[in-house]
Amino acid sequence: MANANTSTLERESPAATNSIASTEGFDHGLERLENAPQWLLELKRSQWREFLALPMPTPKAEAWRFARTGNLSLEGYQLPTDLPDADKKSVLESSHLFESFAGKMVFANDQLLEQTAATQEGLIWSPLSNAMSEHGALLRKFFMTFTPDLGSEKFQALHAALFSNGSFLYVPAGMEVSLPFVAYHTACGQGTAVFPHTLVIADAGAKVHLVDIFQSARKDTKNFACGMASIFAGPGAQVSYQAIQEWNLETLSFHLNTVSAERDSNVETIMVSLGSRQARNEQHISLNGPGGNVDNYSLSVPIGNQEVDQRTLQSHKAPSCRSNLLYKNALQDDSRTVFSGLIKVAELAQQTDAYQTNRNLLLSNSAEATSLPGLEILANDVKCSHGATSGKLDEEQLYYLLSRGISRKRAQELLVFGFFEEITSQLENEELREHLNSWIGRKFHATPPTKNLEG
Amino acid sequence: MPATIEKETSSESIAIDRDIGNFKYKEDYSYDAGTGLSEKTVEYISNVKNEEEWVRDFRLKALKIFESKPTPTHWASKDLENIDYSKIRYYLSKGQQPSRTWDEVPDDVKETFERLGIPEQERKFLAGVEAQFDSEAAYSNMKTKLAEEGVIFVGSTEGLKEHPEIFRKFFGKVIPTGDNKFSALNSAVFSGGSFIYVPPGVHVKQPLQAYFRINAENFGQFERTLIIADEGSEVTYMEGCTAPKFETTTLHSAVVELVAMKGARIQYITVQNWSENVFNLVTKRGMAMEDATIKWIDCNIGSRLTMKYPGVILKGRGARGEVLSIALANDGQHQDTGAKMIHAANDTTSNIIAKSISVGTGRSSYRGLVQMPKHLKNCKNNTECDALLINTNSRTDTYPAINVRGDGNSVQHEASVSKVSAEQIFYMQQRGLSEAQAMSLAVNGFVNDLIREFPMEYSVELKRLIDLQMEGSVG
Repeated sequence: MANANTSTLERESPAATNSIASTEGFDHGLERLENAPQWLLELKRSQWREFLALPMPTPKAEAWRFARTGNLSLEGYQLPTDLPDADKKSVLESSHLFESFAGKMVFANDQLLEQTAATQEGLIWSPLSNAMSEHGALLRKFFMTFTPDLGSEKFQALHAALFSNGSFLYVPAGMEVSLPFVAYHTACGQGTAVFPHTLVIADAGAKVHLVDIFQSARKDTKNFACGMASIFAGPGAQVSYQAIQEWNLETLSFHLNTVSAERDSNVETIMVSLGSRQARNEQHISLNGPGGNVDNYSLSVPIGNQEVDQRTLQSHKAPSCRSNLLYKNALQDDSRTVFSGLIKVAELAQQTDAYQTNRNLLLSNSAEATSLPGLEILANDVKCSHGATSGKLDEEQLYYLLSRGISRKRAQELLVFGFFEEITSQLENEELREHLNSWIGRKFHATPPTKNLEG
Repeated sequence: MPATIEKETSSESIAIDRDIGNFKYKEDYSYDAGTGLSEKTVEYISNVKNEEEWVRDFRLKALKIFESKPTPTHWASKDLENIDYSKIRYYLSKGQQPSRTWDEVPDDVKETFERLGIPEQERKFLAGVEAQFDSEAAYSNMKTKLAEEGVIFVGSTEGLKEHPEIFRKFFGKVIPTGDNKFSALNSAVFSGGSFIYVPPGVHVKQPLQAYFRINAENFGQFERTLIIADEGSEVTYMEGCTAPKFETTTLHSAVVELVAMKGARIQYITVQNWSENVFNLVTKRGMAMEDATIKWIDCNIGSRLTMKYPGVILKGRGARGEVLSIALANDGQHQDTGAKMIHAANDTTSNIIAKSISVGTGRSSYRGLVQMPKHLKNCKNNTECDALLINTNSRTDTYPAINVRGDGNSVQHEASVSKVSAEQIFYMQQRGLSEAQAMSLAVNGFVNDLIREFPMEYSVELKRLIDLQMEGSVG
């Protein structure tokens, strides 16, 4: 989106009344919510008080161990104002990665620009701004009822207080939709703060696939993004969720996600972290019914001074569930990653199978990877394991490629693709897989390539 | 060998039975610093020991640090809040000088040792014994041969007083006073422990051993150990503890510092079997210079709460650090153990193998830290943590932290949690073993490859200790 209109930048000087850190900004945000029901307004007010009351994270906090906490200030960010038409147009132009999809929504600064209606009867595919009034009862039952609580409670509260839009997907019992629903979230303008919210409810036996794309209109705007995605998989439901985080490298981002899996449900999530100067990803998985199965994948390719800070919790609350987590990071330059994961098995959650793996590939001499893989097991009939490795590329593999006349940079890139294969091969959607490969490839070139790596 | 030792052999075989530690004698202490902790307590200890000015200042400074540091309950067990520092006695002593001959040792002390089987063990393989009765070394006997080779094996008080030129250089350097709240506490009130110096090239063939005992209610034991192995030397040190059972909690907070100079090897073996009311909060760390090896073999079976993470600072090129750890947590116990490996030079390697068994409501935790900064090349770490859960209400946790910078190093960490499989038990029962026997066999199989690393006498003792712990856990 290099050709985005510069007008946005000029027009939106940070207006004090819109600052996200001020109560004026909060009040102003509330006024803009025309359709919000009373309960939601109350929730927002109480979450705003919560936000003000909670302290900023410090390096001493266990949940922020090894992470940078010096750059989390919310000063200078404000809620977005209306976008000029030129900007809307360019956002729409850059929001069509998929040829075939079941539904699509395009948001720019949390404002809905485009939506394709769902054709399936009983299925709800609606922007949250509408769902607030049209599906209030259903929304109320699920909205923010389960939060990650893995250290970013202050930002969760901020999200609840300031969010205004996002996608709401409800799939009725037994319905199977194989094509993906796709939501594009674009941040435009200097200092803009966005709060994209995703809520997926798959009723019993339903099957659904959702993709969130997070991107910035320009490379050089300093933005704040604080998104939440909550997945509720009912009994026997199958949910597949992918989040592609490609905010620009000036963005401070939070993605605070949850998965709630009921009896015999199957959930697979993939988080791809490409952008942000500092990205904090939280993923709280709760297995609530026997037979639940959750696979959780993540990959990140930080460059420059990027930090990707990942905190996860796999909470087994029912017997005979399985969860598997695989986080892979390939680090270049001075980048940093933190992976802190915990498997928690409750006393009654016998016959649990839980796995957690973190693999870090250090591609430069000043990159830094930290792993904190944790287990807390209170049941005894379990199979649990975790593994963490941090290392460099295999010299022999590199040598082999070099001896075939492949440049070092290219050889590195190929081996990194191999390293990520374990995750990218999980993507059933071919279009997404191709895009992903080109996005990863981009992080190996100063100038983004126009074609994917084989081109 | 003193003649008295022969006489008592009839009384006991090797002291393995836990209950043997379950007795106590009339408390009769010549020096007693009273309960509670203040500058007065610290000065009292320093006066009794007739210490030099710098040691006294070191203690007083440490007390201030101890008081200023919060209890680390933001990550550690809340049980730490149950320690009432004002009810603990910080110093007790018979007032006797460390004695070299058996005849000089008071009779009731001898009796304690005899029941523990120390003379038995000494006759078998010990080069020297430094048995600690409460705070002061009560008996110190070194083989003439070792003394001739220049090996110094003394108590901490004696070490600081008589060999300051050797020990002062590293005293408090591997573990600074302010490292944590409990190392500060130890630095303020330490007494007892062993100071060992092994001259260059000397291989101490037989393990040096010390037994520690706590024998007064509410009496914390704060021993301080410093072992320096000079260039190319080798030494193995063994530390085993048994303690009488008491109604109220006692505190044990040791500091152990090891220094392995170029090419030296130190092996430090601990079998911790404090009674189940003891808080065992220990800081252990070694510094390994060029091509040196430090190996911690750590076995925790007793205590109410143990927090102990033996570490190695790999300071010289080619240094190696190893931690082998076995923890067994029974009802009401929390074994919070682990390891730290701080890589600070190229080509350094470290290995951590930790196995834990949780029985009944027991909880075992692994907590670890592996650090490799960016300027290093070719450093390797391997960590394996395996946990075995016996009963449905047993608990285990793993909290490692691995921090690696740069593309020159590699780290791998693996942990698994499992239970003894029903099939295994069934198979063994079908061959005529009782369920308890089968369970015991399976558990011994789980720790066997680690136990083999222990010296033979210890591995026998350990297996029997584990058997005893497992009694009644099945069915």
